[in-house]
Amino acid sequence: MKAAFSKAELQAEITTRFGDAFRIHEKTVVETLSTGVAEIDALTGGLPRGAISELFGPASSGRTSLMYSLLTYATRHEETCALIDLHDVFAPAAAVSAGMNFDRLLWVRCAGNLEHAFKAADLLLHAGGFGLVVLDLGDVPGKEARQIISSWWYRFRRTVEDRPTVLTVISEEACTRSCAALALELNGAAEWSRVSLKRGIGSLLRHNAIRVNRQRPITPWISEGQYRATALSV
Amino acid sequence: MFACVHVWKLAALSLTDFAYSFSPVVEEVRSGTVVIDVDGCELLFGSAYQLANEIARRAQELETAVSVAVAANPDAAIHAATHLKGITFVSAGEELTCLGSFPIERLDYSLAGVEKEAAAEILETLRLWGVRTFADFAALPVAGVSERLGQTGLKLQQLAAGKTERHLHVKQPAPVFSNSLDLEHPISELEPLSFIFGRLLHQLCAALDAYALATNELYVTMKLEDQTTHERKLSLPHPMRDHKVFLKLLLLDAEMHPPQAAVTSVSITCEPVKPRVLQSGLFVPLAPAPDKLELTLARLAKLVGEENIGSPALLDTHRPDAFSMKRFTLRTDSDRMRRRKKQPQPAITPRQCLGFRRFRPPLRAIVEVKQGWPIQISAWGKQRSVYGKVVDLAGPWRTTGDWWRDDSWARDEWDVTLERLGKQTLYRVYRELKTENWFVEGNYD
Repeated sequence: MKAAFSKAELQAEITTRFGDAFRIHEKTVVETLSTGVAEIDALTGGLPRGAISELFGPASSGRTSLMYSLLTYATRHEETCALIDLHDVFAPAAAVSAGMNFDRLLWVRCAGNLEHAFKAADLLLHAGGFGLVVLDLGDVPGKEARQIISSWWYRFRRTVEDRPTVLTVISEEACTRSCAALALELNGAAEWSRVSLKRGIGSLLRHNAIRVNRQRPITPWISEGQYRATALSV
Repeated sequence: MFACVHVWKLAALSLTDFAYSFSPVVEEVRSGTVVIDVDGCELLFGSAYQLANEIARRAQELETAVSVAVAANPDAAIHAATHLKGITFVSAGEELTCLGSFPIERLDYSLAGVEKEAAAEILETLRLWGVRTFADFAALPVAGVSERLGQTGLKLQQLAAGKTERHLHVKQPAPVFSNSLDLEHPISELEPLSFIFGRLLHQLCAALDAYALATNELYVTMKLEDQTTHERKLSLPHPMRDHKVFLKLLLLDAEMHPPQAAVTSVSITCEPVKPRVLQSGLFVPLAPAPDKLELTLARLAKLVGEENIGSPALLDTHRPDAFSMKRFTLRTDSDRMRRRKKQPQPAITPRQCLGFRRFRPPLRAIVEVKQGWPIQISAWGKQRSVYGKVVDLAGPWRTTGDWWRDDSWARDEWDVTLERLGKQTLYRVYRELKTENWFVEGNYD
């Protein structure tokens, strides 16, 4: 009885000094945007709107394949999308094969200028109305990506938090630090098939088996998924 | 009161403009005949008779022979002016005194909105009845005319009696949406120029607002100190009339394409169009507001260059990496429906395709070849380098095209897995058949 009284007294004291610190805040339902890949949606529930999502991994890990799926799903569901392409590596022919709708896609090519890419992202996020903004830093070396000042990421997080926009960052190494609400690490392994040719045995690139590891938010249950991206020539 | 002016001989005089010098309420009946509503012009021109005299005098000064008739209703004035020379004054209620003697064939049935065939039939009937003049027709009993000739006959009878009542079909002068300003001192900087733009655009948008119109094209003409002209055209995907948005767009455009000398005169003209009416759906995803989107696109164009922003569009060729950039515009539902009706698009099923990152330009590579197959590749560029031992490969696939042009292509493509420091990466490399040079085109990701 004494302990209970002391606890109540303590809580009252803290409440008077720091406000309603003991009030349980109801967690708001987070709206998500599907990635277009059932396996990743099952793993993450989709990419959260009003937050930064990060897809990172080395070259050929499947980041671009996942980006294609994401953009294809979003553009086909009437979302207005923007792709900020730092190193001008987006391949429209491959994107068309994935089924992307270019009428809803704004492509900004930054010719390798990192500052321009960030300014473009800032302009697009402040304009509002975009359902998906992809910032492709996939060819920036990990060391350079880690040197990007944190204030940019905080600024982006603050800008998107009240908007139904998904900001997706594609990079070689995790660089958004604590600003990303969702971080997925990707790893791919090429699958080749042997085919008979007139002159002997040949090979054919069939799939890229992409393994996805959820880095944030960390949960004790399932955090891995796997799917295959089919080679365009097949 | 209404004054009708009829020109007997075709002249260089623009009769409508001439009529506007007396009153803003003018109906152009046909070429060479106008009707002016002269109510309220007494303070300027005196009585209606004095006004008729003034019209005739001014026309004479312009060496144009006109007849003028003033009447209480426009149709009586038209009949009097087109059939009587000089100045005619028809008092209210005494129209038949003037018009009564006119032959019935001169009845202008189009003024009553009667079709030619119906009018011809009625006039033939009247001729058979022995009705020869307007006065004869007006003297017929109304009930009898109504029974035998119907409502059309009644309309024509009222027209002949000069008792019709109607409003003038006023012809509005075509509005001109253009503003210009000659500067006392040349302006060489953008900031003071923005005040000039702001003032002109504010007036222009106010004029558009007054006519409930908008614009999707702005033309800016600046006369420069070196006697040249700097012209810019601003095209918008959707009509707007917000002067603040126009000002920002013009300033961004001026920053990207500045005039080469100090500006001495600025003129802004716009193309008026109907404003955009848009009904958004409840379940349609949010899209950027058109004015904000235009501003954002203009700012992005300034940042990365106009050629680096837009929507990609594939070209109708098999040439590798053939695409063009088109202006990014958001289509409304109605636009999309119209487009789908016009050209049905093939249904593309979205699938998880292997992504490809294209190196622009392709990396020139040094390739070690064994029995025609690449075994070691090394390539360096400004932003990236590719180096490794080939551990798996597929190919070659030969592609050629445009052999009739100078920029024809012919190459053998390979998909390779390169291994370096235990990491494997997928690349597409190709060998140009003309030069035998190897290139790394991009990597699969």
